[in-house]
Amino acid sequence: MTDTASPASRQVPDRLRSRLGRAIRSWEVLLIAVAVAVFTFNALASPYFLNAWNLSDATFNFTEKAMIAFAMALLIIAGEIDLSVASIIALASTAMGAAAQVGAGTPELVAIGLGVGLLCGAFNGALVTGLGLPSIVVTIGTLSLFRGISYMVLGDRSFGGYPTSFAWFGQGYVWWVITVEMVIFALCALTFWVLLHRTSFGRQVYAIGNNPTGALFSGIRVRRVKFTLFLLTGLMSGLAAVCLTSRLGSTRPSIAQGWELEVVTMVVLGGVNILGGSGTIPGVVLAAIIMGMVTFGLGLLNVPGIVMSIFVGLLLIAVIALPRLVTLVRARWA
Amino acid sequence: MHLIRTREAQLTLAILAVLVLIAWRFPGFVTPGNLANVFNDTAPLILLALGQTVVILTRCIDLSVAANLALTGMAAAMVNVAFPGLPIPVIILGAVAMGAALGAINGMLVWKLSIPPIVVTLGTLTIYRGLVFVLSDGQWVNAHEMSAPFTALPRATFLGLPVLSWLALLGVAAFMALVRYLPLGRSFYAVGGNPSAAIYAGIDPGRTQFAAFTLSGAVAGLTGYLWVARYQVAYVDIAGGFELEVVAACVIGGISIAGGAGTILGALLGALFLGIVKNALPVVGISPFWQLAISGAAIVIAVIANGRAQRRPGRQILRKEAPA
Repeated sequence: MTDTASPASRQVPDRLRSRLGRAIRSWEVLLIAVAVAVFTFNALASPYFLNAWNLSDATFNFTEKAMIAFAMALLIIAGEIDLSVASIIALASTAMGAAAQVGAGTPELVAIGLGVGLLCGAFNGALVTGLGLPSIVVTIGTLSLFRGISYMVLGDRSFGGYPTSFAWFGQGYVWWVITVEMVIFALCALTFWVLLHRTSFGRQVYAIGNNPTGALFSGIRVRRVKFTLFLLTGLMSGLAAVCLTSRLGSTRPSIAQGWELEVVTMVVLGGVNILGGSGTIPGVVLAAIIMGMVTFGLGLLNVPGIVMSIFVGLLLIAVIALPRLVTLVRARWA
Repeated sequence: MHLIRTREAQLTLAILAVLVLIAWRFPGFVTPGNLANVFNDTAPLILLALGQTVVILTRCIDLSVAANLALTGMAAAMVNVAFPGLPIPVIILGAVAMGAALGAINGMLVWKLSIPPIVVTLGTLTIYRGLVFVLSDGQWVNAHEMSAPFTALPRATFLGLPVLSWLALLGVAAFMALVRYLPLGRSFYAVGGNPSAAIYAGIDPGRTQFAAFTLSGAVAGLTGYLWVARYQVAYVDIAGGFELEVVAACVIGGISIAGGAGTILGALLGALFLGIVKNALPVVGISPFWQLAISGAAIVIAVIANGRAQRRPGRQILRKEAPA
């Protein structure tokens, strides 16, 4: 699916830019600037924005999606993609709902949610790494399959009646305005930061994304690493399903519809190269916060959800198109 | 023996097997009249699968076709309501042009900025779908608002078949001729099979991909009018998620997602297979809610089968890692 265009001749500068110079030009600094701009704009546009409780509510716009985005970032850096994440949420949520009907307690429900997520991830991973199939089509297929199973089970009905203690994940507060989901989000961010930037596993993910054949010849177990990444993505989708189901308190087969797009947008906006090989977790964290604040701000201005999705789509294309346009224009002038 | 190994022959057998199975319990399903109805019902899927096929042949994918269909369909319906006297051929031409323009936007982004097609069309999918809402302000255009000639065309019968069916057949014939006899059609295969070799043969891969996207968009635009006119209603969510069915039809039809391999006949059979299953479900007494899972399972099985078929020895000297 990717273009195999020959790489442009690379110019190696005599002297690298200073550490500070590189830091200022980095994608993350740009994202911080955008975040500040969005925050300021929202604060000026609506009198209801600068309110601790409103801001706390606004985090629900991104915490669940960001959990998946961290794992998806690693997967995309390694040169694969998983478009079935939103359908995994639907299936995991349906399984939890079915278990709740027969009286499962909160620990069982969480285990079922995470377990279904893992199984779905393993299914994707086995097809991609075991049979060597392209991840885009495989996960387009499982996108239909997983949500399809939810529809088979639920049809036009819905599951409810979750135990009261289950509501803690999506509706609980740890302290003052700090929600349980915020804490889970922060823990996930930290875990994935360590995993990607501080372990040999993380280095292997970059190596695979930059040159799978080279990575294989360097002794990296490419297929095993990729399979692990699919497992992680499934697991995080399961975790997101636990949080979302707990927050909504009910399960419909259309739950989290279209989230795969927002998760991929989050990852790409965070500076992860869609072709693999580069990207950072802090970038994804910033992108998640920006997207959450943009949708929250638009919501305060009474913009309907479907119009917001136009912004998300434009954002996705613009973020990738702009740097390429700049290089195109520069090349023409030079 | 060789013939049996082709995807087209296998699919034909599978379709016949499904028909025999259904006929065994429900003979009414396989009467010519009902089969013609099933074909007519599948016509939009066939049309879109034709456009999708040439896009996939060039190593791309177009997930925006259903949103394109909804946007052009809504525009056609609103133009008809605003100017009831406007001749239908003008509306159809307008729909095709608008669909082609929307497809060309995808094509330009892929060609000039080399953004991966999956990202481009995931983005334009939501943008086009959102624009339907902006255009219509969330309102429906209902049957009584549309003019009689506008809604009559797809249903008008000619030699016993509705115009909609004829257009699908015409599309199949046109695309078969295109990929077989025209330089553009051959270059779809060349670009998908080996882009570097295509460059040396004087074919611009980006330009060819642009042409494929424009073609797919034009077909989606035409189908947009046909859809709205046939069902006599236009609203934001028409054909929601239909892009997956279209991709499914192509993958089941043996169009390789890696590009460069697949036939128009395969796409037609893939679409017919899905169409027959979809129409048979309520007859056999299975809830229509099963359809999504069935087409999902069909995609997964077809992808596995395609992967096996393409792993022929001696075709590639160095095994390329699966591209993202």
